[in-house]
Amino acid sequence: MSAGLLGLHRPGSTWLHRTPPGAKLAGLALLGTSSVLLRGPAAALALLALAGLLVVCSRMGVRSLLRSLRRLLLVVVLLGGWQLWQQGAARAVESVAELVALVLLATVLTVTTPVDALLQTLTRLLRPLRPLGVDADQVALAFTLVLRAVPATMEIAEETRQAALARGLQRDPRARLVPLVLRVVGRARATGEALHARGIGDQPGPGR
Amino acid sequence: MSRIELDRAAVRREAVTADGAESEVVVLHETTLTLTERRVALVGANGSGKSTLARLVNGLVVPSSGRVLVDGLDVARSGAEVRRRVGFVFTDPAAQLVMPTAAEDVALSLRHRHRDRRERRAAALSVLEAHGLAGLADRSVHTLSGGQRQLLALAGVLATEPSVLVADEPTTLLDLANSRRVGDLLLALPQQLLLITHDLELAGRCERALLVDHGRVVADGPAADVVDHYRATA
Repeated sequence: MSAGLLGLHRPGSTWLHRTPPGAKLAGLALLGTSSVLLRGPAAALALLALAGLLVVCSRMGVRSLLRSLRRLLLVVVLLGGWQLWQQGAARAVESVAELVALVLLATVLTVTTPVDALLQTLTRLLRPLRPLGVDADQVALAFTLVLRAVPATMEIAEETRQAALARGLQRDPRARLVPLVLRVVGRARATGEALHARGIGDQPGPGR
Repeated sequence: MSRIELDRAAVRREAVTADGAESEVVVLHETTLTLTERRVALVGANGSGKSTLARLVNGLVVPSSGRVLVDGLDVARSGAEVRRRVGFVFTDPAAQLVMPTAAEDVALSLRHRHRDRRERRAAALSVLEAHGLAGLADRSVHTLSGGQRQLLALAGVLATEPSVLVADEPTTLLDLANSRRVGDLLLALPQQLLLITHDLELAGRCERALLVDHGRVVADGPAADVVDHYRATA
């Protein structure tokens, strides 16, 4: 579970792996925008079919696919049910298909693109903003840290849950929340210290 | 060999007691010493100030008074330059590994040296190879064992070719085989090593050792003597 979000990247050699990350990001943005602009269940289902095709092309493997869909299941059921009840089948199909399609597209992006390459692209895109005081490298690093923090926090939450369970305190929200918050803050400080020690906050090397 | 100097360096922290009164806690009393030996061990009880002393050397902790110099560079003033020379290995490698996969984490260390991504990856792979971690390049750091994580953290730090390495209990979380492997690796490094450890056998293999107690260096000398003294007094 902890490998979740970020263990997703699979090295490979499909055309999706070879497409530059910038193009993939642009494609994701384009499809995301069009899912908002094009109304109706037909368009949504077409998007879903396209996403499914890309999933097949990426050869991501059934396990990664199921893992990313499993997280989504509860949301899909709640959203779909509510839409069905409130606005009818067409709207429900549209919302659910769009949501699943976008998650699949995002999964394809993460499966076929190493985080390092995504960051490189992000850095390049942000570099023109430098005169405005934007330090592209720092922004890119901040993105990585956020991405990395998600599974790390889930790991801590699981450990805290087990610790509470071991002491028979699983029903006590304090026994689960207080250590969780403290440990997440502690981990954040340790990460800051580690970055500092590796000279990563220190600026700037030659050629930047 | 590098030269680490503490010139009357002390670390004090503000503390607020339960009744709201402010007081000052001395974490490290005024300490003056010069380290030029290749391998120096820091031993002593938990909370004695060993980690603080070690963190002074790369500016993670700034002295409240006095100065800390590495190769003549003032750590407080030239922090960035000092950190380029001083690598730091933490007890818990999970905190140190920042990037999702092993190769990406090593590549992060190489950012300044190789600007091109492909070059950087190639360099990262050869670093992993050199540490016998080539097979782990694309593995998520979450799926590595404790021993692999620590070796990876070490590889990431050594990739920057520091001239001094500070290691804060690098073997504490490891099993016997891994702690032996990491210990042997550290002691064989060409770099100057400042090693905090509770493994007294490992400490005894250094040239010099410092025993820290209640924020003071209470014994300083050949590692074997200091370790014996620690065993007798702890």
